Amino acid sequence: MASSTSSVITLKINGEKHTLPVDHRTTLLDALRERLDLTGTKKGCDQGQCGACTVLLDGRRAVACLQLAVAAEGREITTIEGVADGERLHPVQQAFLDLDGFQCGYCTPGQICSAIGMIEEHAAGWPSAVTEDVRPEAGPPPLTADEIRERMSGNLCRCGAYVAIVEAVARAAETHPDEGHATLAEGTKETVA
Amino acid sequence: MREFDYQRAHDVAGAVALLDADPDTRFLGGGTNLVDLMKTGVERPARLIDIRELPLDRIETTPEGGLRIGATVTNGDLAAHPEVRRRYPALAQAVLAGASGQLRNMATVGGNLLQRTRCGYFADVSRPCNKRVPGSGCPAVAGEHRNHAILGASDHCVAVHASDMAVALTAFDAVVHFETADGPGDLPLTDFYLPVGDTPHRETALPAGALITGITLPPAPVAAHSRYRKVRERASYAFAIGSLAAALDIRDGVVRDVRLAFGAVASRPWRAAAAERVLTGAPAGPETYAAAADAELAAARPLPHNGYKVDLIRNLVVAVLTELAEETPR
Amino acid sequence: MTAVTTGTTARTASVGTGHTRVEGRDKVTGAARYAAEVPFADLAHGWLVLSTIARGRIRALDTDPVLAMPGVLAVLDHRNAPHLDTDYTGMLGKPDPTCAVFQHDRVPHLGWPVALVVAETSEQAREAAEALVVHYEQEPHDVEFTADHPDARPVDGHMPAVTEKGDLDARLASSAVVVDAEYTTPEEHHNPMEPHAATARWDDGRLEVIDSNQGVTWVAGELASLFSLDPASVRVRSEHVGGGFGSKGVRAHQVAAVMAATLLQRPVRVVLTRRQMFSLAGYRSPTAQRVRLGADADGRLRALEHRSVSRTSTVHEFVEPSAGVARVMYDADAHHTANHVVRLDVPTPTWMRAPGEAPGSFALEAALDELAEKCGIDPIELRLRNEPETGPVSGLPFAGRNLAACFREGARRFGWADRDSRPGVRREGRWLLGTGTAAASFPAGAAPSTATATAHPDGTFTVRISAADIGTGARTALALVAADALQVPPERVRVRIGDSDFGPAMIAGGSMGTRSWSWAVKTAAGELRERLALGADIPVEGLTVRADTTEALGALAPAERHSFGAQFAEVAVDVTTGEVRVRRMLGIFAAGRIVNPLTARNQFLGGMIWGISMALHEEAVRDRASGGPVGADLAGYHVATHADVPRIEADWIDDTDPDDPVGIKGIGEIGVVGAAAAVANAVWHATGVRHRSLPIRPDRVLSAAAGARDA
Repeated sequence: MASSTSSVITLKINGEKHTLPVDHRTTLLDALRERLDLTGTKKGCDQGQCGACTVLLDGRRAVACLQLAVAAEGREITTIEGVADGERLHPVQQAFLDLDGFQCGYCTPGQICSAIGMIEEHAAGWPSAVTEDVRPEAGPPPLTADEIRERMSGNLCRCGAYVAIVEAVARAAETHPDEGHATLAEGTKETVA
Repeated sequence: MREFDYQRAHDVAGAVALLDADPDTRFLGGGTNLVDLMKTGVERPARLIDIRELPLDRIETTPEGGLRIGATVTNGDLAAHPEVRRRYPALAQAVLAGASGQLRNMATVGGNLLQRTRCGYFADVSRPCNKRVPGSGCPAVAGEHRNHAILGASDHCVAVHASDMAVALTAFDAVVHFETADGPGDLPLTDFYLPVGDTPHRETALPAGALITGITLPPAPVAAHSRYRKVRERASYAFAIGSLAAALDIRDGVVRDVRLAFGAVASRPWRAAAAERVLTGAPAGPETYAAAADAELAAARPLPHNGYKVDLIRNLVVAVLTELAEETPR
Repeated sequence: MTAVTTGTTARTASVGTGHTRVEGRDKVTGAARYAAEVPFADLAHGWLVLSTIARGRIRALDTDPVLAMPGVLAVLDHRNAPHLDTDYTGMLGKPDPTCAVFQHDRVPHLGWPVALVVAETSEQAREAAEALVVHYEQEPHDVEFTADHPDARPVDGHMPAVTEKGDLDARLASSAVVVDAEYTTPEEHHNPMEPHAATARWDDGRLEVIDSNQGVTWVAGELASLFSLDPASVRVRSEHVGGGFGSKGVRAHQVAAVMAATLLQRPVRVVLTRRQMFSLAGYRSPTAQRVRLGADADGRLRALEHRSVSRTSTVHEFVEPSAGVARVMYDADAHHTANHVVRLDVPTPTWMRAPGEAPGSFALEAALDELAEKCGIDPIELRLRNEPETGPVSGLPFAGRNLAACFREGARRFGWADRDSRPGVRREGRWLLGTGTAAASFPAGAAPSTATATAHPDGTFTVRISAADIGTGARTALALVAADALQVPPERVRVRIGDSDFGPAMIAGGSMGTRSWSWAVKTAAGELRERLALGADIPVEGLTVRADTTEALGALAPAERHSFGAQFAEVAVDVTTGEVRVRRMLGIFAAGRIVNPLTARNQFLGGMIWGISMALHEEAVRDRASGGPVGADLAGYHVATHADVPRIEADWIDDTDPDDPVGIKGIGEIGVVGAAAAVANAVWHATGVRHRSLPIRPDRVLSAAAGARDA
């Protein structure tokens, strides 16, 4: 049924191949939600301005609302439905659950996928906008609370669960094999009073 | 969103050939701006040429000691690259100050240069906009323009360029490389963006049918001591209301070399050449920095609600140059 | 920590102990389905077309070319839409005609729904909707909101527009110290992360709507009234709701979806775009407030005036009752309050988290801070000196007023005693530092609700109530309440909510949801336990007890019933760039018994973050020329993101409400109240400049600095 405005594509999602015809206009987000019944990826703004639709493309976080489905063919797509190890939750999921890192839950899959991608980026030594010295000689920045906040800022949470989300991300990051426990120690232990 | 044809290009020549055939065709990179504009109806292409698989995703050191950055390098990879961070830290900082981690992983260097303004009237197809529909008018001049241009604008358009990356690239004399059906070409970034004048819809000097293939950053020792500062209406994930890329080399209390570019003040990244002239050879110090900023901002023509940007940029110049001077190794 | 975590007399005390959300696993795995995510065979997609003029008439709609587009099934507009009945009084009053779509050719504001295009796919529907050409007869519009708009007049809303006692002018004239200041807050939008979405279908003679709302029986009742249907033939389900904050009631999308499903006799889904939400989801009106305070030299108030002007549409009256907060907080010999409203060619505003209290507390609590400065009295001491004995306007006793305790606890933990009261004297690098405080209050109430509790032969229980969990953790809280009433562990209780077939219940709103529902759940579960204790048999289908709290609530004695709180903030301000950052924040609340400390803390913090967002970021901009919003998206309308929110803390003092069976007051809104004022007061303490207009944007800070320099 391929025409000049539609194509039959194969998407590899959570390790599984799905072949489907798509209107070229269909975003990856709409393909997931409306065609493949993978509704865990949320549509908050459909404009790349909230992060609710964050998925992992080839292991890196990306927003599915600005990714055309047809252009995602050939890439490894991981959604919230694919991050757990069977019944065992991903450490980020578990930390969100245990520390109440959400309220309405709508931004949550995006926050979790974003955190998973962010922890990998940090483990690879990527700096952020709040990294004091971005030069490679300065070494990788410790994943302080401020670093987490900056790196997670592409994920809005209107309920305002940010405090618990940052705690959850910090806790989950400690379990990452490439994250030294010491790097997390200082900045995350903040107090108000 | 209008229906469209979609094709993937596998080599540069093929991509250029495909585009040349159809003026309603657009190249699709990361899609972070184009797909959004297609959803709002600002862009209505009949065909997309996906260029993500072109072999333009490398960052290489040039024989002269600069960097050559491929057009499809993602913003994320650009900011993470050790040579970018070592030689042009302000560029890494500028990219990191833009958008979000997700968007940086998608957005490409070429697409970032070509991103359209974030003016609210431009994005709303039910409103007039000279940039979108030439001759329809500019509601921002008499309307909402708090985040609009103070430099280089015209009565026809007062929108600002939203890129952070391009501000740092402008400061470091980047050259844009492109390919057309007639062969390759180069444009210094300072000539890449056209003056607004009465043609705000014509934004770049790229020839019709051209594909940006990459950018070269010439070697610039001063760039190793550089900084990007961005001010916005929330702490992250927002477009600039004013930004500054600065590099400074001071020897014996005298400014030997300096680079300054402003963001979010004009339709293009604003290279502050007049300010650089004042600074070069002058004694380092807040008075000199302020005089340099004033020299550049003398040309500012603020609108009723964006005059604060003049103060903001002036203050940023003084603050960032002061910081860089204090950090100068003695 | 003075959190209520002690046990009760019950054998098993679940209330008061922290529990993760019962639907938490579904939410972190993506399994929880929201309104637009329930699949239906043969689903069609509707896309709303909104007006591009602010006032006038629809002259013509060129529907023929649109109907010929691929996949298009129907176009609904005022010429072919079914008639709706809007002459009724629903659960929360007369309907806002904004939801009664396609009934006439009038356009009362930009973004008014003029048509619904229905197509096989959402891509087809969107393109067809965008292609629909609508011809208008445009009329001049007025969208300019000003404090002195000639048409502003007092409007009652949910409280009297005006209260007056004493001779204000005389008392002001004789006061040793006077504050007279004007404050403004902008148009603010709820922007829940989940856009409004509804799928409507007819199933065996019944209308079923899968929706995202704050009250299923409320929405079902409104739809039944609008479409003149037997209420029993309408079922609305809303299992998971991605945030509401007051915006998720009856809106154009549900009504349009029902119309289309009726016409096409197949399921139709209508989802609002983020941009459409700026016109169709309600919002908080901008306010212009004037506060005049007269006090003795020792800070005791002699005169208090709080006047607020807000705006509404030309089709429905909604008042943002900002002056109401003064009727609870402070007394004075002369005490005048008034809420005025001006009608403009704009969408109708609606309840938005802490309606009235959020903007009202900004003005009043900032004015108190100004009075403290003028009197040379510590802001907390000033408030303690002005604690009223009884309701300043009502004269009724307070059913608990633990504001002073909140201030004492908060001051201790925040380190308030060490504060240097002088403004503009603390510097750290490029940042000026300051601290501020403000008081908070929000009404505590309950509304009639019904619930059932069912015992099953396997020893488990099911509670059914048409409650809504919009992120509050209601499902979990109700499980704890039921478990205590049944004297079983919460794991043995299933709570089913979000289905109008469960019977009438309060909406998730007014900080009244959990209290209202808990009352009904505790009553039903308590009766069930008594019946079981008497040896009742449990049949296979279960033994069910039903409770209705209408009578019990009617027996409550009149009193001033409120939650209270004390907010503290520390900010850093760079006056050379205009940037303001909140460094730390603390809120201490007296808000009744806390059912689930884990989720309650999260909700208090969320409210305080709304306060940060309100103080520094949020503002919808309306274009005078077109009458429409500019930058109507989440890049143009900034809400606080991670980087704006430092480590902040919320806690509470023991404040069990003796008149509530569980001791609850309500926590949904009080976190917002006073938070923006605390931030603004801290900005003054940091810089010496009073910012009386929100948000405190960089350009405003820079302009203030320039003004000071040029002065």
